[in-house]
This record gives sequence, C-alpha cells and structure tokens, in this order.
Amino acid sequence: MQLHDVWFVLIAVLWTGYFFLEGFDFGIGVHTKLLARDRQEKRVLINTIGPVWDGNEVWLISAAGATFAAFPDWYATLFSGFYLPLLLILVCLIVRGVAFEYRHKRTEERWQRNWENAIFWTSLLPAVLWGVVFGNIVHGVKIDAHKEYVGSVLDLLNPYAILGGLVTLTLFTFHGAVFASLKTTGDIRERARRLAAVLGALTLVPTVGFLGWTQADKGDAISLTAVIVVVAALVAALGANRLGREGWAFAFSGLAVVATVAMLFLTLFPNVMPSTLNESWSLTVGSASSSPYTLKIITWCAGFATPLVMLYQGWTYWVFRKRIGTQHIADAH
Amino acid sequence: MELAMAPETLARWQFGITTVYHFLFVPLTISLAALVAGLETAWVRTAKQKYLKATKFWGKLFLINIAMGVVTGIVQEFQFGMNWSAYSRFVGDVFGAPLAFEALIAFFFESTFIGLWIFGWDKLPKKIHCFCMWMVSIGTILSAYFILAANSWMQHPVGYKYNAANGRAELTDFWKVLTQDTTLVVVFHTLTAAFLTGAAFMVGIAAFHLMRKKHIKVMRTSLRLGLITLVISGILTAVSGDSLGKVMFKQQPMKMAAAEALWDKEEPAPFSVFAYGDVEKGHNTVAIEIPGLLSFLAHNDFRSPVPGINDVNKAEQQRFGPGDYRPNIPVAYWGFRWMIGFGMSSFAIGLAGLWLTRKKFWLAPGLRTGDDEPPHLALTKNKVLGARLSKWYWSLAFVTLGFPLIANSWGWIFTEMGRQPWAVYGVLRTSDAVSPGVSQGEVLTSMIVFTALYAILAVVEIKLLVKYIKAGPQELTDSDLNPPTKIGGDSTDADRPMAFSY
Repeated sequence: MQLHDVWFVLIAVLWTGYFFLEGFDFGIGVHTKLLARDRQEKRVLINTIGPVWDGNEVWLISAAGATFAAFPDWYATLFSGFYLPLLLILVCLIVRGVAFEYRHKRTEERWQRNWENAIFWTSLLPAVLWGVVFGNIVHGVKIDAHKEYVGSVLDLLNPYAILGGLVTLTLFTFHGAVFASLKTTGDIRERARRLAAVLGALTLVPTVGFLGWTQADKGDAISLTAVIVVVAALVAALGANRLGREGWAFAFSGLAVVATVAMLFLTLFPNVMPSTLNESWSLTVGSASSSPYTLKIITWCAGFATPLVMLYQGWTYWVFRKRIGTQHIADAH
Repeated sequence: MELAMAPETLARWQFGITTVYHFLFVPLTISLAALVAGLETAWVRTAKQKYLKATKFWGKLFLINIAMGVVTGIVQEFQFGMNWSAYSRFVGDVFGAPLAFEALIAFFFESTFIGLWIFGWDKLPKKIHCFCMWMVSIGTILSAYFILAANSWMQHPVGYKYNAANGRAELTDFWKVLTQDTTLVVVFHTLTAAFLTGAAFMVGIAAFHLMRKKHIKVMRTSLRLGLITLVISGILTAVSGDSLGKVMFKQQPMKMAAAEALWDKEEPAPFSVFAYGDVEKGHNTVAIEIPGLLSFLAHNDFRSPVPGINDVNKAEQQRFGPGDYRPNIPVAYWGFRWMIGFGMSSFAIGLAGLWLTRKKFWLAPGLRTGDDEPPHLALTKNKVLGARLSKWYWSLAFVTLGFPLIANSWGWIFTEMGRQPWAVYGVLRTSDAVSPGVSQGEVLTSMIVFTALYAILAVVEIKLLVKYIKAGPQELTDSDLNPPTKIGGDSTDADRPMAFSY
C-alpha cells in the first residue's frame, strides 16, 4: 500500500467523519420544521447541536484542505468543475452558521422567524447537494485530457446523482431524528422516535436503489459487503428505535452513514474523479496525488492530529451528554 | 473580450472582496480571544466581579465577530479550487500542506473549544472554562501562522523544486517554508497588527461608556487593558513592519519601489510623503520627500542606493522575458500609506490615552480617581483637560475604533497587489493561475452572490454589535457567580435552564 492509497483512505475518513457528524446536524436543521411544533421545540433541537456543530463542520474544511494537499488535481478538478453546486453549498453554510449564532440575539418575531427559515433551508439544501456531488464523483463526469471538467451544470443533475441526493437527504434526516430522540427529553423525544420509524423506512427505498445501481455499475465483493452493512444497519437502527434503545439506534444510523460513504469510496478507488469521456483521462490516486515527500509530511500531521481531534471532540460530547427539553431553554436574552 | 470582464480580472476581484472581508474579522478574533482569555483568567484568580462582567461583555462581542470570521473562512478553503484551479494544480504540493495543517490542528482546536466555552458556563468548573478560551486563542494564532506561511511562500517561494515532468512545484523542505524569514516577520507583523486592532476596538468602546459615565468599573479595567495592549502592539507593529519592509526590499524590490513611487534608482533614496505621477511615462510630476529615509528603511543607513521601478522592471525583463512587471503603482503607493497612516493614528491615540489616564505617575493626589469614577484626563501633574477637550478625546477614541481595520485591509491590498503580475513571485503568473474551465458567467455569478450576501451580513452584524455595545455589560446572575464544581455540571436541579442557549 503506497502513501497515496493511505491518503485516499484518510480523505474517505474525513468525509465519513463529516457526514456522520454534520449529517445529524443537517437532519436537526430539517427537523426544526418537520418535528418541532413551536419555537421552544425548535430551540431545543438547535441546542442539541449548539456546542458541537462548528466542530463538526471543520471535518469538511479538513477534507477540503487535505484533498488540496494530498491530491491537488482532485481538489482543482472537483472544485472548479462543480462550481455552482459548491457555490450554493458555500452560501448555505455561511448563512447557516450565522443563523445559529444570531437567531437568539434579537427578540423581534420577524428576525427570529427569518433565521429559523434560514436554518431549515440551509440544512436541507446541502443535505441534498452533497449527495448530488458524490453521485457525480462516483459515476464520473466529462473530464478532458487536461484534467478539466468540460460538462455543464445541467450534466451534474442526472438521475443517478439526483437519486444520490435523495439518499443523503433521507439518510441525514433519519440520522437527525434518531439523534433528536437521543438528546432530548419530554414529548419531543417520543415524537422524534415515531418520526424516526417512518423516516428510516423511507430512507431504505432510495438507498437500496442508489447503492444497488452503484453496485451493478461498478461494484465488487467488498462493496457488496458494504451495501449489506448499510441495509442491515438501517434495519437494526429501526429495530433499536422501536425498542426505545436510542443509543443503539444512533450507533446503527451512524453506521449506515459510515458504510454508505465507505461503499462510495470503495467503488471509486483507484480513481478519484473518473472521466466519462475517456477512461485514460480519469484522475487516479496515482496521477492526482502530491509528491511522496509532501504526503509523508501531512501523514505525520494527520496521524498525530486526527486521534487527538477525536479525543477532544469526543470529550465535548461527554460534557454535553445530558438530554435537554423545553424546560432547559431560558427565555430569550 | 473586454479586459475589465476577463475571467482573471473577475477572479481577482472576487478573491479581493472575499478575502479583505474575511480579514475584517480575523484580527479581531485573534486579539479578542486572547484578551477575553486574559480577563477570564483575572476573574478566576481574583474573583473580582468586574472581570467576569468584562469577560462576558467582550466575549459576546467576540462571538458576534467570530461567527462571521468562521463562515467567511470556509469560502477561502474552497475558492482556490473554484477560481484558481491552475494555481491549485501548480502549487498544491507545496501550498496544500500548511492548509491541511491549519485545518487539522488549528481549526479543530478553535471550533471545538469555542463550543465548549459558549455553552460551558454551567457545565465546566471555571478553571477549565477559562482554559477553553486559551485553547481558542492558541487555535487562532496557530491558524494565522500556517496560513501566513502559505502566503509567505507565494511572496517568496523557498523549499521547493520545479518538476518539469508534471509541470508543478514540489515541496522539498517543509521546515524552510515554515521558518523562512518572510514567514516569521509576516507572522510577527500580522499578529501585532491584530492586537492593535482588538485593542483599538476595546479602547473605543470603553471610551464610549466612560464618556457617558456608565459601566465605569468594567470599562475602566477594559480601557486600561486596551490602552496598554494598544501601545505595546503599536510599537511592535512598527518594529515588525520595519523588519518586513527590509525583507521585502531584498525579496521583492518592485513592491517596495512601487510603495514609494520611486521610478529610478536613487542614492541616497528619499521617503515619499506625497507623490502624483504619470504611470505611462514612468515619473512623478509632484513629489514631497524626506531625503535619505528610504535608504534607511531598506538598509538601515541613510546613504545606500535603492533601485527604482524602471530599474527593477528592466532587471525582471532580463530574468523572466519580455513583459511589464510593474504592479498597479497608485494602489501600492497609497495602500502603503493608508496602512501606516491609519494604523499609527490608532497607536498615537492609544499613547495619548495611556498618558492622559495614568493612575499615579506625575499626578497630583487630588486628581487620582477611584475604581468607580471615570479617570480624569490629566495633561500635566496638576492640569486636566477641560470638559470639551475631554469629551473630544473620548469621542475621538470611539470614532477611530475601526481605523486598524482600514489599515489591515490596505496592508493586504498593498502586499497582494504589489506582488502582481505574479501569483507566486517569480514562478507563476496570476494570468496562468485562473481556472480554465470556469466561465465568465460562473465567476460573475459567484462574485455577485458573495458581494450581495456579504453586504447584507455586514449590515446585520454591525446592527448587532451596536445593540450589544450600547447595552453594555450585563448584571451577573447567581449561576454566573456560582460556576459548577465538576465537569458536566452539578446535578442539583435537573430542570434548571441552560446558562446559555441558542
């Protein structure tokens, strides 16, 4: 296994961390309309991720930064090629971050309502768009001999990629509902569980379709194992949710996210951006990677930093382990 | 295609807009994190309430500010690939490494510990809570260090070799990138300027309240902390700026010649106070100069020659081939002056304030003030400024609180535009750095979107800041004064509302 293979795995790990963590963040954002009945409940939901959403988002920054460092060509082709979807994601992440921090800073009805709407839409849109982006990465896009994307933005909206967007949307919303049931108390917790039961079943449909399609297209025995794990994890999460074992349900919905991302990266390897125009124009781990020296340096950094990050981020979750309910939300200040 | 709408021009405008905007928040974040951590440490050590009130007040302003800094920072991580894909391919092997370090080490630190700090008032013992803000502060400083190392490599590329086989720059010595003199002086200069920024902000707001005789205890402390920080960082900003200038005279003589509108070599070279010239013909029509000072800035003596724009242009033509290697001279010239002018004005106001509000030194006992009254503005031992002049000083300190922000912006505009036509000095031209596959329409779309969004957010942010600045520090509650004794919070009342909630 060469260093650029290691880095392929590490970047997969960073994206997995991102989707596992911000997956439920996005889900919570969607549930401010889907699950919450009033402002107080919206605030309960937002506060379940309050201390952690910013740290969760850094997994994305790290994935982008690490891709830049380890696979400059991958970074360049992906970000310039998927220009408009990424622009939309950026706008959402900007507005969303500000919305969390500023919503409670004024008491006017209109101010709060606007930011609440912002939180919903800026959580929903990236949840879809990331699936569209990854669907296109895995499927391959029009990349020319100079490693440049030559398709249009409409080419990115193909049925396969849109199905991918549906998968991330339903999966994250399910993951978020399970997270809500794990982190809240009172009436909203029960409703979160009931909603999770519906959403889990709903997630299975596009997920089986999308992963089945991917498997038929590019799969092998190992990726098939990942597909089975995804389906089994979703079923197990539903079962645990039904039994009221919220911790287990969350572990399994998380596993479903992890295995889905793993499945995508497994079918992608050894490509990083396949070309649909000519197979030899595909960017691969070998052709898109940095020099061995650079890879060695950043391997030291990642090897040291990533476990440490997991340790102190894990500690944060432990500090804020208590469930919250409407009684814990103080009046606006 | 018109030059004004060329993708390169648009991409440069977009980078300029998004980056200057981002950098309005960065220096305030860096300095306020450390200042708030300092205030909280004072609260932990002395248990004096004014320190906790000050921590909470400045912490709130800090949070309003960092929220914008964080979200506009995400754009930075994406836009190299979006608008500058050719650049990214060429430099990724070198430039990507410090960016990855920044994300993996600094950003995680910052974002995780800020969450703990915001929500941790009733979950963490006060020592650990305070420790979290120090971690945030370390995160902001590390982040600055890594990104400035990356930028310094663009200013003065070292520790790499050009690989002709795949047509890109490849890293050979990462340590050199992290420790070259450009990196070290730029970090020194940027951090000191950041503290100048936060200090002027603190002094201005404290002056606003003291002028109205409100929140005196907290604001006296804040004023003192701000003034001392302002004076120290002002001196260090000048010292580091001088070092940076000397490094730049060696590494990018064109940038410094442009900063002085020095067209032809002079020995000794004068410092230009005012110049108006003809860029096409390459000379100044009006010039007011201080003889010999430029030689000193470049070489530490008043005699040595300094090459002019025309000389460096010729030398670069010989080195890199035919072409125009001059940056936008008026922007470089005036950018340099606005940077120094606005930055040093704040320093002067701070120096005056530190003198006027001194506690005991050369001050008649009758003029000394207690903790609960605003300080007199004492010019000499027995003489204080009259009511009108006093008011004038407080107002001046208040209205100039944003001066360093202007100085910072011009500093970056000068340093980045002064490097043109290069993206990486002497190695990669900006015109070769843009994304070839991205259309004019796409760049224009994103530029309009970001500009509009940033403008709206600026209005929102400033309104919020004004609201919270006007409100001043809040009274402390029982739970503020009785922080938990164990991690996760004391389990006395399970239904107690959170100390802070979104």
